[in-house]
Amino acid sequence: MAEVGLVVVSHSRPLADAAVELARQMLPGRQQAIEVAAGTDDGGLGTDAVAISAAITAADSGDGVVVLMDLGSAVMSAETALEFLDDDLRARVVLSPAPLVEGLVGAAVVAAGGADRARVAAEAALGLAPKRAHLG
Amino acid sequence: MADQLDTAALEAWTREFARSIAAHKEELTELDSAIGDADHGTNMDRGMTAALAALDATPPADPAALLKAVAMAMISKVGGTSGPLYGTFFLRMSGAVGDGSPAAFAAAFRAGVDGVVARGKAELEDKTMVDALLPAAEALSAAVDAGEPLDEALGAAADAAAKGRDSVTPLVARKGRASYLGERSADHVDPGAASAVLLVEAAATALGQG
Repeated sequence: MAEVGLVVVSHSRPLADAAVELARQMLPGRQQAIEVAAGTDDGGLGTDAVAISAAITAADSGDGVVVLMDLGSAVMSAETALEFLDDDLRARVVLSPAPLVEGLVGAAVVAAGGADRARVAAEAALGLAPKRAHLG
Repeated sequence: MADQLDTAALEAWTREFARSIAAHKEELTELDSAIGDADHGTNMDRGMTAALAALDATPPADPAALLKAVAMAMISKVGGTSGPLYGTFFLRMSGAVGDGSPAAFAAAFRAGVDGVVARGKAELEDKTMVDALLPAAEALSAAVDAGEPLDEALGAAADAAAKGRDSVTPLVARKGRASYLGERSADHVDPGAASAVLLVEAAATALGQG
């Protein structure tokens, strides 16, 4: 069974922590690696590619990592973070274009169920589908 | 005038850029409050302050190490999009450092600008720092290739950067936070282009004189 790690990249530490709390609510009693890289080290809003690369390294247990991001610099900092990983790990990382909250919840559920990296990334990318279907 | 763009010369450029960012911090943030998230001056100042602290803590052994230290400070401490963008600029320059000649400096500068373009995926007239940096890189290379002295080449690059910044002021932004504003972003100076002009002007000031 695959153990795909997740990383949440946000400008805001409280926003990232709350998104993780929401996702973990779907995983009662289950183990799932979800690392957070969010905010500046003085508690402000911002992203840090060095912190993101550390979070990716911590989240990986050999089956790879799917990274969920909010907007703007979160995306470019995540891309920059890939440069600081070794080639093996970099090849196991997917930067997801999913919306942060919906993507994280979907990804967390299937990752905790043992899905592989491609499946977890695909589930994250479908994150908006229920909302779209409901609103028509 | 520095004829050898060695570690000391590049450090002087870094320190002049940090000084200029600090001096223009309020102005950059004000530009960013009109069409962005009102943090560009603060973010750049935090990054460059961290860069100088890194240079003070561990004096770099060579130009590549110096540029890499500046890159890592920007990447880690800026917080906004200018962190990975300026960070990538200095990182690519660090990887392209040549023999310290003006031609090598121009080539390394160009490699840095190419890195910014690749990272941000911005094109000319998207109204970003690229609109200042690309014309600067082209003017610098052209002047150095034509055998002009370094002070004149860097002066031409700074003029080209300022002209590029001003040329996109009337435009609607197509990248970054300003693009969320659509038409309302027109007729405002782009903050990223403004700080990029300061980078090139700092090179003209620190490397083109003395």
